[in-house]
Amino acid sequence: MLVLASLPQAQGTAPATPLTLLTRDARRPIATTVLNGQEFIGLDEVASIFQVMVREDAVAHGVSITYKGRTVVASTEQPMASVNGRVVTLPAPVARAGSRLLVPIDFLTRALAPVYDQPIDFRRASRLLIVGAFRIPHVVARIDAPGPPTRVTVEVTPALAVSPAVDGARVLLRVDADALDMVPPPPTSGLVDQIRVGDQTTTVAIALNARAGMPRISTTVAADATRVTIDVPLAAPQETQVPQPALPAAPTPPASPAPPALPGPGEGAALQTMVIDPGHGGDDNGVRGAKGTLEKQITLDVATKLKTLIETRMGVRVVMTRSDDRTVAPDERDAIANNSKADLFLSLHVNGAPAASVTGAQVYYLRLDRAGEEARKSAAASELVLPTINGGTRPIDVIPWDLAQAEHIEASSRFATILQQELQKHAPMAAKPLQQEPMRVLSGVNMPAALVEMAYLTNAGQEQDVQSADFQNGIAQAMYDAVARFRDTGFPKP
Amino acid sequence: MTRKRIIEVVVIVLAFAVAVFAATRILERVVAPAAPAAGSAPAAATTPAVPHVVATVFYGTEDGQGLASVKREVPLEQSPRAQGRQILDAELDTPPAPYLPVIPKGTMLRAFYITDRGDAFVDLSPEIATAHPGGSTNELLTVYAIVNAVTANLSSVQRVQILIDGKQADTLAGHVDLRRPFERDTSLVRETK
Repeated sequence: MLVLASLPQAQGTAPATPLTLLTRDARRPIATTVLNGQEFIGLDEVASIFQVMVREDAVAHGVSITYKGRTVVASTEQPMASVNGRVVTLPAPVARAGSRLLVPIDFLTRALAPVYDQPIDFRRASRLLIVGAFRIPHVVARIDAPGPPTRVTVEVTPALAVSPAVDGARVLLRVDADALDMVPPPPTSGLVDQIRVGDQTTTVAIALNARAGMPRISTTVAADATRVTIDVPLAAPQETQVPQPALPAAPTPPASPAPPALPGPGEGAALQTMVIDPGHGGDDNGVRGAKGTLEKQITLDVATKLKTLIETRMGVRVVMTRSDDRTVAPDERDAIANNSKADLFLSLHVNGAPAASVTGAQVYYLRLDRAGEEARKSAAASELVLPTINGGTRPIDVIPWDLAQAEHIEASSRFATILQQELQKHAPMAAKPLQQEPMRVLSGVNMPAALVEMAYLTNAGQEQDVQSADFQNGIAQAMYDAVARFRDTGFPKP
Repeated sequence: MTRKRIIEVVVIVLAFAVAVFAATRILERVVAPAAPAAGSAPAAATTPAVPHVVATVFYGTEDGQGLASVKREVPLEQSPRAQGRQILDAELDTPPAPYLPVIPKGTMLRAFYITDRGDAFVDLSPEIATAHPGGSTNELLTVYAIVNAVTANLSSVQRVQILIDGKQADTLAGHVDLRRPFERDTSLVRETK
């Protein structure tokens, strides 16, 4: 007690950003104090977080912290602690503020961690105090060139899977991790307004400004890090109006003599076969409208119109998963697409909602869950080596049948975004027109793929619309335009 | 003779009436101690001794585009598994106005269990698929209402797998993949009450 009474009485200040505690059960801010440039945490807080016993030890000139019979003694005079008989150095000795005893934050990782059951990690940059085994990669985002085009690089260390998606005027990079240790990003410039950790704490959100066009995203996985490069061009004149209908069309620069985006020689050759999947069929009617309109019939009607457009105008071979009223299982649809060696897959549906007031078209592409990502990674890691006819061997990547889409998410996201942009020129769109969800029919196709819900059969007006030739032709034209644009601008290069 | 006969009949009828009256009174006395208790029974029934807990369930919002998180009282149980059953029973109930049902009528909970790894299995009767109205929006609302009801209330559950009639299923109505378990996803949740 005498020793402690003689400790300097310090008045600390709160840090600019509170520390966040991350455990298996909780994610919450915890209070810390800055004294003479060092960050301290109260031993009362340490006792409650780590379930340790704290006792002042006058004989040892320190404070003893006991966890499951193991004791750490932190000195009140020297910047050090004794852990299992070994001495570890600390940035400062135990301090006192009012009635509270404080230890430097590094006490947790250097002195408590060796006697604790779970890993304790402190990420200074992201201000995360992590208790337990988590995958929390270090994330560094930087703007390489303000442009335009603006180039952003996001580096994730160690190399974890990153799924990019474009959501309106944002690029979202979903990292397969428990949380992100993100270094505060640099001031933004060019066509990028903001880079930050997204609403979901495992997502990096990059907000683009109104002049930005469709970003190109490429991902490279090295041994030590996953690197995502995002190139944001200026919007083409017609694109500035489409995603931002509320904006006046004025700021678009006068059309320079730049040639229209026609495919150059050799470009576009990657799209040779496309699969159109009219949803439902046979025993499965899909949604039934109040006046008896069946989803399975509308999907087949529009699919047939789209097939004709694509075959005759684009010269692309189109395979349908059904061309009459028959039941086709989801796996069978995927098998038709994969066995046709198709380059693009489009599933057509008509939607249903619990309220009759809901209207509008929606585009979906596949969302992989964590299990899917893990399965994908373990599949990628376990390549199969087969003997070849000449006596050698050949490695073959084994990807589970039901996860074939995992490799194409990035291209599928581009295709879905283009579909949404083209559809809104011809049809009313739903409140959330672009969605990423675990759609069954998309998971097993080994090519870029999207699903379109054209309208709501549960809405009386739309039930009438979807039967009209005008509406069906408009939707088919929009999807044709999207396929053409994707072929010319968004298709993965072979 | 006839007069005497009439008197006899009247006496017999009177005697019978007295007997019935007496029997009724005796019966009343036997039953009487229970009567006051029966009078206060309705009040007792509305406040049963069973402790309740407030759970969050998810019903369709009035606009039909999302899920509303709604507080409901359910009986308190000792184990997460038994508590899960109570919560799911409330989730499968017809919602009060103005909320819209997102679970097909007639759907029953067949079984509910939780593994040591924190995976919960919600086994539902076939109506969840056979009576489902279809459409991606309807299907997403149904799936995430169930998944969120379990994960929002039971902290030990990380993921939820939906089974139909005891078996793993492909989809409810052709859209959302049910083959793998779901994690909590509140992106469809619109409001909190």
